[in-house]
Amino acid sequence: MKKKIVCMLLAGGQGSRLGVLTSSMAKPAVPFGGKYRIIDFPLSNCVNSDIDTVGVLTQYRPLALNSYLGTGQHWDLDRSSGGVFVLPPYMTEHDGRWYSGTANAIWQNRSFVDQYDPDYVLILSGDHIYKMDYTKMLKFHIANDAAATIAVLKVPMEEAHRFGIMNTDENGTIVSFEEKPKVPKSNNASMGIYIFNWKLLRDYMERDDADETSDNDFGKNIIPAMLNAGEKMVAYPFEGYWKDVGTIQSLWEANMDLLGEKPELNLNDPAWRIYTRNPVMPPHYTDAAADVKNSLVAEGCVVRGKVEHTVLFCGAKVGTGAAVADAVVFPNAEIGEKCLVKKAIIGENSIIGDGVQIGVPPEEGETVDNRLTGDIVLIGNDVTIPAGTRIPSGAVVTAETIGQFLNGGKNA
Amino acid sequence: MNQEAFGLIFTGESNPLMRDLVLSRAVAAVPFGGRYRCIDFVLSNLVNTGIRNVGLIVQKNYHSLMDHLGTGKEWDLNRKRDGLFLLPPFSTKDNTGVYRGDIDAFHSIMQYVRRSSQKTLIICGSHTVFNTTFDAILKQHKETGADITIMYNEDPRFFPEEQNRDLRLLLDEDGMTVNGLEWNPRTPGSDYRSCEINVINKDLFEDLVEEAYSRGMVDFVREVMLPRAKDLKVMGWRYDGYVARIDSINTYFMHNMELLNATAAKDLYNMRHPIYTKVKDEIASQYGEHANVKNVLMADGCLIDGAVENSIVFRGVTVERGAVVKNSILMQGVAVRSGAVLDHVILDKNVTVNAGRQLTGYEGIPLVFRKNLTI
Repeated sequence: MKKKIVCMLLAGGQGSRLGVLTSSMAKPAVPFGGKYRIIDFPLSNCVNSDIDTVGVLTQYRPLALNSYLGTGQHWDLDRSSGGVFVLPPYMTEHDGRWYSGTANAIWQNRSFVDQYDPDYVLILSGDHIYKMDYTKMLKFHIANDAAATIAVLKVPMEEAHRFGIMNTDENGTIVSFEEKPKVPKSNNASMGIYIFNWKLLRDYMERDDADETSDNDFGKNIIPAMLNAGEKMVAYPFEGYWKDVGTIQSLWEANMDLLGEKPELNLNDPAWRIYTRNPVMPPHYTDAAADVKNSLVAEGCVVRGKVEHTVLFCGAKVGTGAAVADAVVFPNAEIGEKCLVKKAIIGENSIIGDGVQIGVPPEEGETVDNRLTGDIVLIGNDVTIPAGTRIPSGAVVTAETIGQFLNGGKNA
Repeated sequence: MNQEAFGLIFTGESNPLMRDLVLSRAVAAVPFGGRYRCIDFVLSNLVNTGIRNVGLIVQKNYHSLMDHLGTGKEWDLNRKRDGLFLLPPFSTKDNTGVYRGDIDAFHSIMQYVRRSSQKTLIICGSHTVFNTTFDAILKQHKETGADITIMYNEDPRFFPEEQNRDLRLLLDEDGMTVNGLEWNPRTPGSDYRSCEINVINKDLFEDLVEEAYSRGMVDFVREVMLPRAKDLKVMGWRYDGYVARIDSINTYFMHNMELLNATAAKDLYNMRHPIYTKVKDEIASQYGEHANVKNVLMADGCLIDGAVENSIVFRGVTVERGAVVKNSILMQGVAVRSGAVLDHVILDKNVTVNAGRQLTGYEGIPLVFRKNLTI
């Protein structure tokens, strides 16, 4: 059946900057905001924008993503025509290879797109948190009679060097594109959201695939090639919350952005719900000794201690006498009695023993490898921390590295 | 998967003791325990037993139930073979379309029963709330060769106003053999109360219902099970977990509050067999700067900036800064504005309590406010 538009979601890679959080799952499956996974955002945006056909491109642990998405029913994407599909790389009788780049991932799955014979294709990244109506962007694309439309966000000029920058003329037509420019000419940052005319994109991808020197990447190859050929490419200005949660710092920040009286990102919006695979859990319980302020608490939690400025995901537990602040506590993690937790991300199913101190200043002479974390403590998934352990701020703790924190760090 | 049994849930009868909570819904659809409806428990119990064929008899006010159950997909009952069957009344030449009691209802849905491939039927009420699987009762039913096996629990409490919903089992010392049944007892002869679950062989069920129907009988328990308790082989199966009977507004209030007690909550919310319900895609609950929440069960989607104590808070409730809520049940979508004070109050869905209002009920006499009111 013909579709007007099909979405291809680049759920991509391992997310190495998220460190131990992605050791067993792809980045899009990382928990976010109390009950979501990162991939829930682009998927919900699609459904809320009436896009009912989504291909999810991944080559890293496709099974985990596949079992999370299931039939797509949780996102209302269990459709008789269309729906959500996980598209890992595959072998054919002639060849078969890993996805060599973002454009190559789409190219290898061109027959998936072709079966819907779409006029347009929407390309998304799987590691951004935002709410966006793609219908408006498509209307903009059609009204401008563009070959490609790229969503852009105004970022502070001093941060522009971290982004792909679209330089436009007064009509919003893109005149040049610079990936992470040292001296940016504008602050229109690409959000990694593209709409292409499918037939045209197909031609460019075919040529790109034949070029053995190409990285097969949208930003590096396809978009510059289209610009050079003089195709009409326009920038679609987006206003609102958008965050790349590809690093520990930004993942922590984005979770904190949900807190406060007027949160920067308001998810409590009946007109734009974020859908997710809801865990089947009872209401959360806050006991008589608990004190919870300025926090998000999901179903299945049991809170017996003090919790401030924190996001507690489904099934998380906080023991009596514990004090937790500025923390992101992933699903089913348990914080024991009298623990102290300050500025941390605690992985799924991890068990923090009684009296553990997390996020305390490093002792004299104690060195912490905090290249990925800054001053945020990162506890991996399924880690058990014995009672009384001291974890200095910025530390990364996994089942393999826990040893160096035992005995007051003297094993290091 | 359980290929031997199927379930039949009767939601037909009304109960005036539930007052304003059943003005526009069956008791089965009454919200319970923070995020559920009464029916979720028995339905999940059936599903967690591996039963994939469930008939649901509905009679009046079933819009709310249909809305809640949908295609049954939250219970994994949207199946090609079997699944969830909603059985509303319909008019035929020998069926007026209105049930006088459960025998009328059973008679009119006998087609469904005959067509079901399973041999053992679990007849379920919808007012009794517990969390278990029916594996053990089915096993006992088979091993003892009983005609009917009644699930019961030991409950020393007796509520005179609810006695016409009270079925007691007089048991042998073995705790299984039923010597007699008591219905509507003025002074109960035992502490063993039926949990509204009767396991019966399908063929026997059909015979008993058709015979009773032809004689103009109305009530299956009173007119069939009671008089025939002696000549049929009736057995009891004892359940020791938590059981809540939602038979009046007072017991409704009492059982909700019991969930704040760890033992009851642990039993009813046992994650080994989860209770399924309609998903609303609410966000996690938000606690504000001034929130002061003590001993509270709270579902998702709430916005709390006031004081809430000893209460059950359903999905999407707002309690503003300066409001005080104690010993109360706030159903989905309730809003309590700043400065309002509530004690021993049940607020049905979408009730708004305006700023500064004071509503006080008393222990045993909770105040009840019906759906959509603004106070």
